[in-house]
Amino acid sequence: MIDFKKYIVAFIITAFIFGTAIFVSNLIGQKKLEDVRAIENRVALDILSSETQFALLEETSCKDIGPGFLSKELGSLGEKLAYAENQTEFNAGDLEYLKRSYFLLEIKDYLLMKRLTEKCGIRPTFILYFYSTQEKCEDCERMGYVLTALRDKYQDLRVYSFDYHFDVGAVGTLISIYKVKSDLPAMIINGLTYYGFRSVEDLEKTVPALKELAAKVKAAEKATTSTPKIN
Amino acid sequence: MVEIQTLFLYGSIFVSLYFEVFLLITYLEVQAELILEGEHLAKPITRFPTVTIVVPCFNEAYTVNKTVRSLLNLDYPKDKLSVILVNDGSTDGTGRELAKFKKHPQISILSKENGGKYTALNLALAKVQSDLVGGLDADSFVDPLALRKIVPFFDDANIQAVIPSIKVFEPKSVLQHVQKIEYSWGIFLRRMLSSIGALYVTPGPFSIFRTRVFTELGGYVRGHHTEDLEMALRMQKHHYKIVNSYGAHVYTVTPANLPALYKQRVRWTYGFLNNVLDYRGMFFNKKYGHIGMFVLPVATSSIFSTLFIVGSTLWNNLSGVLDLLARFRTVGFSWKLLLPSFDWFFISTGVTPFLTIGALTLTLVILYLSIKMADGKVNLTRGIFYYLVLYIFIVPLWLTKALFNTVFRRQISWR
Repeated sequence: MIDFKKYIVAFIITAFIFGTAIFVSNLIGQKKLEDVRAIENRVALDILSSETQFALLEETSCKDIGPGFLSKELGSLGEKLAYAENQTEFNAGDLEYLKRSYFLLEIKDYLLMKRLTEKCGIRPTFILYFYSTQEKCEDCERMGYVLTALRDKYQDLRVYSFDYHFDVGAVGTLISIYKVKSDLPAMIINGLTYYGFRSVEDLEKTVPALKELAAKVKAAEKATTSTPKIN
Repeated sequence: MVEIQTLFLYGSIFVSLYFEVFLLITYLEVQAELILEGEHLAKPITRFPTVTIVVPCFNEAYTVNKTVRSLLNLDYPKDKLSVILVNDGSTDGTGRELAKFKKHPQISILSKENGGKYTALNLALAKVQSDLVGGLDADSFVDPLALRKIVPFFDDANIQAVIPSIKVFEPKSVLQHVQKIEYSWGIFLRRMLSSIGALYVTPGPFSIFRTRVFTELGGYVRGHHTEDLEMALRMQKHHYKIVNSYGAHVYTVTPANLPALYKQRVRWTYGFLNNVLDYRGMFFNKKYGHIGMFVLPVATSSIFSTLFIVGSTLWNNLSGVLDLLARFRTVGFSWKLLLPSFDWFFISTGVTPFLTIGALTLTLVILYLSIKMADGKVNLTRGIFYYLVLYIFIVPLWLTKALFNTVFRRQISWR
């Protein structure tokens, strides 16, 4: 005669372990998303602060704009969202909401930077990058590696990445303004559109804005490594 | 597709966890039984039944002498114990080694053309007239007290066979150390299965039967090269009770290198799969108790779930490595890519890692109890380390091959 009670007890204990694993995983997933949300809030606040500062520019000069004028956290925010997209522990709805906010913050940051460029004559280099998560796009993945490497190399470079097929009105508007075709990956670098994969070397050679940045970095490196002459 | 894969993965982990929990509950239940068993074994044996041990030998010249001597050293009345050595057409010096015992009063020697282990056993079984009969592989050695710790179990008229605890003889290579831990696990598992009447193998080394088991159920058959497994399943099918005496120790020489271990385990797994296919009528059949309702289905599914879990883990790690390679090829080498991120956000905290932690914790608990049961104490040895690091990677090798051979009906060889 089989003692089914033992089977039921074993099932309850196993189900409890399973439930605990799911509960803890969700709890930590939520905490991670809260972190992302907190970063987004900080970025939003940074942008608001910059916009306010910008509005005050009417009364002051461009010299007052410090190096921390634009938010520094957009990059790490993007990395975290990209990581979260490939994980199963996050609530899809929450993640989509955060992604939407992220794209809007990127556009706001981009607009602010454009206004700053016009007003103060600063020439920051920025890249609008369009990728796809809907279709299999190996080149998009590789392009992502290239842009991360470029951003690490050039601190002044700002990369704004957008999911081409993500349903956000502002992203759609950006796509229609620049007439970006669905031939992804696509990049807009200082007004010029580039399609398909480009290596770091390709971009540094062919894109004038990056050429300038590369020269700037080289000059800065030279200045720091050269020994001052003592007369 | 990903959802189905995740579902399978969760299902596999659930079954593994469930089995571990089931074993631990059984362990708690068995405690009282173990005390009673200890008390029973401590009592002096009043009636010694006659016992015959059959040693089938095929090219075991290096170990057979030691095997026979271990039998002659058994703490058991000499007039009640006899040994039959069967030379199954050996081509090495086994015949010469056996001849050294031809004048021994307890030993008789038989010779035949090579026909496989089961034929050697059957030849001897036809001549057995003792109350009990057992086998001992010619690469195994019995502890002097082994028989004394087995015989008292036969006081229970329902018990038809008693199996011992098998340990690894003098492990030297890394793989033998891994097997030492694995065998400890086996000692724990068999004792638990014994309690629920679900033993599905009567191992070659020193399983002792009532002689009438063979007259009633017939002798050994080929059993897909695992005649010991077939015999146990046949007994279970006929409701013949098999128990384990975990205090009866037998030492066996285990494969020292991977090719030998691989071959042995392919045979074992292939034998298991094909024998359970032959006895599939026992599956989910209440008539056969725990072995039919739970142990055989779980043991069979564990072959598939192990392959699936290991396959998924390897695939995920391979994907990570391929991503890294794609990065290298795209942007060149950078230490930054190799160094792990110190941001906790990037630590995987999905359900699977937590389930793995849960399963691993239970595995460590069972491992602790197993080693304690096998050795009486737990020392942190290199074997434990080797086992934890290596075992999971080598098991899929023979599981895959055995499954492949079963599916495509390919035969396997003994050696």
